[in-house]
Amino acid sequence: MLGNIDLLTLAPVLNIQLLLDGLFIGSIFVLAAYGLALVWGVMNVKNLAQGEFVIMGGYFAWHLTTFGIHPIVGLPIVIAIMFVFGWLLYVLIIKWVVTRDLFTSLLATFGVALVVQQALNLAYGPEVRTADSGFSTRTLFDGLVTVAEIKVISFFLCILLAGAVVLFMKKSRMGQAIRATAQDARAARVMGIDTEKIYAFTFALNAAICGAAGVLISMIWVIQPFYGVAHSIRSFVIVTAAGLGNLPGVIITGLGLGVAEQYSGFVLGAEFQQATVVILLVVVLVWRQIQLARHRQYIQ
Amino acid sequence: MSTDQTSWIVYVLVLIAGIVAPLVFPSYVNQISVLWLMILFALTWDIVGGQMGYNSLGNIFFFGAGMYVSAVVQIAIFTDVGAYTSARGGEQLVLDYGDYFLGLFAGIGSAAIACVLFAIVLGWIMLGLRGPYFAIGTLGVALAARELAGTWEWIGGGSGIAMPVYPGLPDEKSLVFYILFFVLAVLTFLYVRWLYSTRFGLAINAIRDDEEKAEAMGIHTMRHKIVAWAISAFFLGMSGAVFGNVTGFVEPLEVAFPAATFGIFMVVMSLLGGKGTLWGPVIGATVFHVIKEVTWTYMLGWQWVALGVLIIVNVVFFQQGILGWVKEKWPEKFGLVVDDRGASREASS
Repeated sequence: MLGNIDLLTLAPVLNIQLLLDGLFIGSIFVLAAYGLALVWGVMNVKNLAQGEFVIMGGYFAWHLTTFGIHPIVGLPIVIAIMFVFGWLLYVLIIKWVVTRDLFTSLLATFGVALVVQQALNLAYGPEVRTADSGFSTRTLFDGLVTVAEIKVISFFLCILLAGAVVLFMKKSRMGQAIRATAQDARAARVMGIDTEKIYAFTFALNAAICGAAGVLISMIWVIQPFYGVAHSIRSFVIVTAAGLGNLPGVIITGLGLGVAEQYSGFVLGAEFQQATVVILLVVVLVWRQIQLARHRQYIQ
Repeated sequence: MSTDQTSWIVYVLVLIAGIVAPLVFPSYVNQISVLWLMILFALTWDIVGGQMGYNSLGNIFFFGAGMYVSAVVQIAIFTDVGAYTSARGGEQLVLDYGDYFLGLFAGIGSAAIACVLFAIVLGWIMLGLRGPYFAIGTLGVALAARELAGTWEWIGGGSGIAMPVYPGLPDEKSLVFYILFFVLAVLTFLYVRWLYSTRFGLAINAIRDDEEKAEAMGIHTMRHKIVAWAISAFFLGMSGAVFGNVTGFVEPLEVAFPAATFGIFMVVMSLLGGKGTLWGPVIGATVFHVIKEVTWTYMLGWQWVALGVLIIVNVVFFQQGILGWVKEKWPEKFGLVVDDRGASREASS
């Protein structure tokens, strides 16, 4: 089972391959996790449908390719669709759970996740799909390391999108209002901010970010109606490990998770790749709890 | 507290229904035994989720763990497990009645014990998590178990284990397992009913209402939480062992750890009936299962979408559940005194 470790020491170049793949995929995890951190931090809704939004975006991009629209061109279209979808979902469901206890939001979004994945399954079938972007693959180090051009492009798109969102949150009036609501919703209302609108916008923005992540995933990896759960769990792992409102933390854990997944998939075998994510979730939660317990003792 | 004031007539009626049902509807015996399983699911979920306020999304773990433990024990009594599973069902265990039931009851017993041990170890780790973290963490445990069971070759990996073959006819098998499910569900109900009338019941209610205050009042919260979870695991483990034998085939994704079906059904059923009540889970499970069985096949693939919508509507707009709603409507029927100052409206349940 661990035989591949020898391979890594014998051919160190393979490490570069794993690292690169991990970083490329991890950058997309960061995007989705940032969306979750946003919704979690601003409106205290733990969105279990995060991964389904990602997969949904991916399917829209794939669907657009069947009309001959290139996924990268389709990116803004998908973002717009997902934004509207997020807004609708907020008005229909999320609005009623914002003020309720946390388990309510968790279970309600779980229901949303179930509906989305089953609807996707009915619409597109259970096959694994990839949106074909038509770029070639380059080889480095005498063919030992392969880098698909689309992965590099997606990496830079990711940085661009994340930069745009961060800039938006920092500079624009809306972004400032969102951050004010996150700090203290009541005070924000006193200051004349329509928090209801802010919540709707935040949730829609999250859906749009996830949709964008989905487009990138559909280009460099695979999508399938039921792969969303793994993406949701990844987002939770990243946000729980990094903490809310800790953007550098989210970036580092996201990239780290991408690399860790690639390594575990290579060393332990592909069937352990999913298990790694889930086990990491439990480990992160327990680790956080131990930290809290220590903190409590310290106070005592 | 829950001094159960249900008239004894209700109990007699339920018992008679349970005994008569398989005789009146002989072609639906399997569906009715799943109904008893569903009632057991909802009741065990409600111990931790409703009465103690720890909403677990991963209780299905104990169901699957019990199933696997029982499968391994039942096979290990008669043959070597590794060789048996590596044959990929090529050789099935064919036993006579005595050996079969010996293996079955040994399997159920060891599943119960193993699940209690699992609950103690896991509870010690997980039950320190609060609120949504507990829910996500338990979901993670169930999913991790599912992935790991799929990679562990000794217990058959992704292709599963074939259980020993029942020595009699299929109809007889259905009836035997109907009786097992029925007895298990009734035992669970009676145990839970007794449990909620004890100090222990009060203590876990106190944990639900305010854990810090409960601790300050001298309740050893961690110990209570672990014991409550272990009770839930005890019954779930046994039900898993029985279910594995009914199906005849144990496999990690659909049979042992169906986190998205049975795992979520138990939450939905408890919420539908009214969580934190004695009869709520029973009513919720019955309503849910009957609706599901009647409409499922007519929905042509839309049933899962309908289930998701049901969860959303149930959680967002109807969280008090059927029994909670009835209680709000006619509180005097439940011996609740409606105080105009609005103080003791939810005093007892």
